[in-house]
Amino acid sequence: MSNIQPVFIALQANNDTLPIIEAICSDNPQAQVNEYPAMVKINCPGRMVIRRSSVEERMGRDFDLRELQINLISLAGEVDESEDEFVLFWKA
Amino acid sequence: MAADGDLKPIKKLSLKENYALLTRGLGWEPTYEKKEEIFRTIDFEGIKIHDWEKWEDPFRLTMDAYWKYQGEKERKLYAIIDAFQQNNGQFNVTDARYVQALKLFLNGIVGLEYASHRGFNILGREFPGVGPRIAAQMQAIDELRHATTQIHAISHYNRFFEGMADFPHQFDRVWYLSIPKSFFEDAVSSGPFEFIVAISFAFEYVLTNLAFMPWMSGAAFNGDMSTVSFGFSAQSDEARHMTLGIEVIKFLLEQDPDNVPLVQKWIDKWFWRGYRLLALLATMMDYMLPKRVMSWSEAWTIYYEENGGALFADLARYGIRPPKYADVTIKEKQRVSHEMWSIFYSVRNAVGFPVWLPSAEEMDWFSEKYPDTFDRYYRPRFEHWRELEEKGTPFTNMTLPQLCQVCQWPCIYTEPDDPTEFVHRETEYQGETFHFCSDGCKDIFCNEPEKYVHAWLPVHQIYQGNCFPEGADPTAPDFNPLVAALQYMGIKPGVDGGLMSQHVDASRWEQWTSRPANLHEGAITQAVRKTT
Amino acid sequence: MPVKAIKPGYHGEFRDRVENFRGQQLLNICWEKHTMFGWPMCIPVPPEMPFGALLEQVLPGIYGAHPDFARIKWNEVQWSSAKGPFTPDPSKSMVEHGFKHKTQIRFRTPGLDGHNGAG
Repeated sequence: MSNIQPVFIALQANNDTLPIIEAICSDNPQAQVNEYPAMVKINCPGRMVIRRSSVEERMGRDFDLRELQINLISLAGEVDESEDEFVLFWKA
Repeated sequence: MAADGDLKPIKKLSLKENYALLTRGLGWEPTYEKKEEIFRTIDFEGIKIHDWEKWEDPFRLTMDAYWKYQGEKERKLYAIIDAFQQNNGQFNVTDARYVQALKLFLNGIVGLEYASHRGFNILGREFPGVGPRIAAQMQAIDELRHATTQIHAISHYNRFFEGMADFPHQFDRVWYLSIPKSFFEDAVSSGPFEFIVAISFAFEYVLTNLAFMPWMSGAAFNGDMSTVSFGFSAQSDEARHMTLGIEVIKFLLEQDPDNVPLVQKWIDKWFWRGYRLLALLATMMDYMLPKRVMSWSEAWTIYYEENGGALFADLARYGIRPPKYADVTIKEKQRVSHEMWSIFYSVRNAVGFPVWLPSAEEMDWFSEKYPDTFDRYYRPRFEHWRELEEKGTPFTNMTLPQLCQVCQWPCIYTEPDDPTEFVHRETEYQGETFHFCSDGCKDIFCNEPEKYVHAWLPVHQIYQGNCFPEGADPTAPDFNPLVAALQYMGIKPGVDGGLMSQHVDASRWEQWTSRPANLHEGAITQAVRKTT
Repeated sequence: MPVKAIKPGYHGEFRDRVENFRGQQLLNICWEKHTMFGWPMCIPVPPEMPFGALLEQVLPGIYGAHPDFARIKWNEVQWSSAKGPFTPDPSKSMVEHGFKHKTQIRFRTPGLDGHNGAG
């Protein structure tokens, strides 16, 4: 069975997260961006990846994926984190 | 470092290696004490763990990163709180009604953060595995941070508004705050595995998104820069805690098939208990935000039905099913906030914040958001109550409620399939009768009656004479037990509760801001009429 | 199992035993359909109090504010408890009706189903 259950990540809506959101949208064509007051929630069916290289390209500086912690509001899905990728996914 | 100049730099460890050293390298096998003497509470619940090394912490947060990023979060938070305070931000929220929700937050929720801090400290001591022990210790520090930042941020409001000065006192004594208090005491007096399933999984993973996402977004929408900042700052830790929650579940289920029914029972119990606790939040979202982002019903659809649905579809491979009575929560989403606000209104003299009837605009919004229930069951009630208010005889209920022995809410809930009929559920245990608000709470009692027979139910305590202030004389001719009980709780009649339109927060708001205390109902003092 | 505890055989003391209520017992009362009142009521009553006193002295203070209350025909009211329907006798006491400490009694007033359908 394919992974179709949605995962999500919610970030504070601010200048730090703009390039992160752009990177997510570019690396995950199925991502849907929902804007709420002060908060951006991105849903994606099955799997979502945040790539360090994509974020760095847009930020124009080095980025440690653990910096996500600062502006993270919530997430859904299992997490697999390495230096290069932060992945949310469901196995079912 | 000239002396070391010739040495090759040590190869930087990868994230996984670094985390492995922290969580495995720092642990040791005891030699002069028996393991079962050191970890005494790990067996009695019946959970079987064969290999703690299988524990995986997905965030792999090491101490250096933890302090670095937590420090950064704090600096960011305090920069905003400073700006808020320096700029009189408390007067820039939509209206004085919004502030009343903060009283519920401070008096009812901050105590839970602190209780959670204690609970995770206990886990940090009790778990034999180093990985979960470190995760629990970090979370204990996080929870303390949440309590302190919330107290600090709201302390500024306390300089201008009533009802916030005695929050620890109220948390311990106010009748409706026994609901959150007893929730956490139930969890913390369970074994370590039940506690972590209860709090990390059922509460944080499944339910807290409702508190911190739509509610905090709503706080932002109402101009409260301070609350949204501490809310999101806390929630950024929460995302890590939630991930711990799902990791715990997977770990327990993978360790032994015998763990599955135990975990399922805890999921059923704590989903229901957490859901009942959130009824307070449903009311805050629907009735106490003057400008609304989404209704409770919509939030429940998104955050429980859709996201919770994905979660439980994923867990099905372990033989875990969605929580029992989840179907009841979906039936109740159309009415729970209305039922709850009705009781706060009718007992307004015994609560710690003033209340109001929804305005015409707000009732229209409810009609749209609650098409199956609002016009049929609640609009006529509020219209009747408005007429009575206009006649100067507002509707009041003066009699104390029958309480649920488990969740401690008054038995306010109606039958899942009929909003006009109260739920009646009771059982007898060792010759004594116990009442419940729902099948969910009744099941919890029947599974473990000995845990709930000694619940401290505020109504019964008042009638036993245990809730009077020191020095009260119940034999005095003019002694009024209900007034004495309110004094004991720290609720000042005529100051804390009552009608918003007559409340001191409302009149001061208008003097200080020249804006109406209730943006839909027009001014109640000359302070606004002069300027508009 | 009554509870899983570190020490087997754990017993929690009943906090709401009738002895703690100084000669009174708790009675829970619910007027069915009248959800405007928000909850079933809990009151302490003397065990020897006659049912008639409940009708004449207690219920008006609790429910009198409701527009339906004055219209109740008390001889048509349907009374019940968890044990099923019962017919009260105004001259008999709580105990004589078999009401124990924390018994819940309910009454239904067919035709009076809440003001404007709003409880």
